[in-house]
Amino acid sequence: MSLLVVKGVTKRFGAVQVLNGVDLTVESGTVTGLVGDNGAGKSTLMKTITGLYAVDEGRVIFADRDVIGQGPGARRSLGIEMIYQDLALAKQQDVAANIFLGREPLRRPFGFFPPIVDTAKMDIEAQKMIDRLGARIPSINRPVGLFSGGQQQTVAIARALTFNPKLVIMDEPTAALAVREVESVLKLIRQLKAEGIAVILISHRLNDVMEVTDRIVVLRQGRIEADLVTRKTQMKEVVEYIVGAH
Amino acid sequence: MTSHAASIAERWRTLQFHFDTRLHLRLESLIVLFILVIAMSVLSPYFLSVSNILNILLATSTIGILAIGATLILSSNGLDLSVGSVLGFSGVAGAYLVAIVELPWPFAIFGALAAGAFAGSINGFLITRTRIPAFIVTLGMLGIARGFGLILAPNGGAIYGLPPEIVFLGQGRPLGIPAPVIILALAAVCAHYLLAYSRFGRHTLAMGDSEAAARATGINVERQRWILYTLSGLTAGLAGLVFMARVNAGDPTAGLNYELTAITAAIIGGTSLFGGKGSILGTMVGALIMGVLQNGLNLLAVPSFWQQVAIGMVLILAVYIDQLQTSKEKKA
Repeated sequence: MSLLVVKGVTKRFGAVQVLNGVDLTVESGTVTGLVGDNGAGKSTLMKTITGLYAVDEGRVIFADRDVIGQGPGARRSLGIEMIYQDLALAKQQDVAANIFLGREPLRRPFGFFPPIVDTAKMDIEAQKMIDRLGARIPSINRPVGLFSGGQQQTVAIARALTFNPKLVIMDEPTAALAVREVESVLKLIRQLKAEGIAVILISHRLNDVMEVTDRIVVLRQGRIEADLVTRKTQMKEVVEYIVGAH
Repeated sequence: MTSHAASIAERWRTLQFHFDTRLHLRLESLIVLFILVIAMSVLSPYFLSVSNILNILLATSTIGILAIGATLILSSNGLDLSVGSVLGFSGVAGAYLVAIVELPWPFAIFGALAAGAFAGSINGFLITRTRIPAFIVTLGMLGIARGFGLILAPNGGAIYGLPPEIVFLGQGRPLGIPAPVIILALAAVCAHYLLAYSRFGRHTLAMGDSEAAARATGINVERQRWILYTLSGLTAGLAGLVFMARVNAGDPTAGLNYELTAITAAIIGGTSLFGGKGSILGTMVGALIMGVLQNGLNLLAVPSFWQQVAIGMVLILAVYIDQLQTSKEKKA
């Protein structure tokens, strides 16, 4: 069975119907592009997958498990990670604290004290992850709010990759980046794919989407408008689906 | 010359950084306390004596305990205005159980702590479930707890006749140290352990920093917040117990306006009013700064009106320093 199966997902915010019976499947080791106009429901759909939003109707099955009743924490431990558009970082906390947020390793001082957060271990692991991403960060003990946009992006990516995810959702990961940084994100996506990790990429930059994805799913007014194989389509066709002119 | 100045600035920053990461204490607050102590010792021959130091600590104990709760709440970007009233209500509840219902003395402790935790958990419940702002909920509780304290006490007066075991908690001096000071120290050590080193403490600071980030990483923000307000009520209950034991009565008017003094102590100690930054150790230093100021100005026979002026100025200065640092970190 597919890694992720979304079936008939519906989501309303008050009177506004944001998602209207969305079906979507994602396989391991593939990169799926999710495109659509502003307000098409891309981010909302992803937040129903991570558990940040509850669905009104429909099912979300991940690794053969119905995850509808589970919160964001439980779904993260099953292997669903998301890099949010606003990065969702705690800016006054340092790099290690952000990478391990919600999953801090513990140790018992002197064997019998109540468990405390193992900051030494966090620092070492965080530094390893940053190095693995080939990124340069002034110091992992600095508050992330002092960093540049690209460096903060790196921290958000590191947080998503540290706990061996099976699915990584990226919401506009390149929107705030310089050209060189965009290249390294695309390289990273290919690397994740090679490791057998499924990636869902939300982006307005169709060049990036065409370059790195296997499949492109077009969302329009809360419905799946098209499900295209990237190498059999062209940008013109994708754009037509996005604007509803196909 | 410039490079020399730069290297001093660099060393200063390194020292600041170590104090912050290792001890979770803001270096500036400690230095302010140090300067105050030196200044007062020079100005008054009576200041630097064991008995006067113990006096300062004793005078700081009730506010210090309340400020522990305030630190936890402010760190999570919350606000609890009810703690002064809850202190009064808790003292009355504890005294009521032993002096009027005539239960054994441990029930005074139990009654005060349970009353405080109960009021706090009602705050937490309303804030997390109804989404009414914490300011409004705890402002409401400020009235409710004060009212119930007055209702419970006969004719709204104080309840007298506490057992000696309870009075010892307020007036006893084991090893020469006032019992309230020992209670404050124990509470502060436990709370410091919780906020600075536990997962719960990390999540408290993270949700105060960015609630969206805390939610996205799977932290149960509602549960966390509920526990925090309950803990704030519990510390108010403990402060109520100590206050009751010190004055040997359950006084329904106790703790009037203490909430603001507790918040002041926390903020002078480096806890941020905007969440994401807080330290119990810092708050203790903050409470001591206020205690030393008051005591020192008393010894110098400065009219008490000027003490209020001085504390108000220290508060504004502390927040100004905090904002200079926070705005740098929260940008972008």
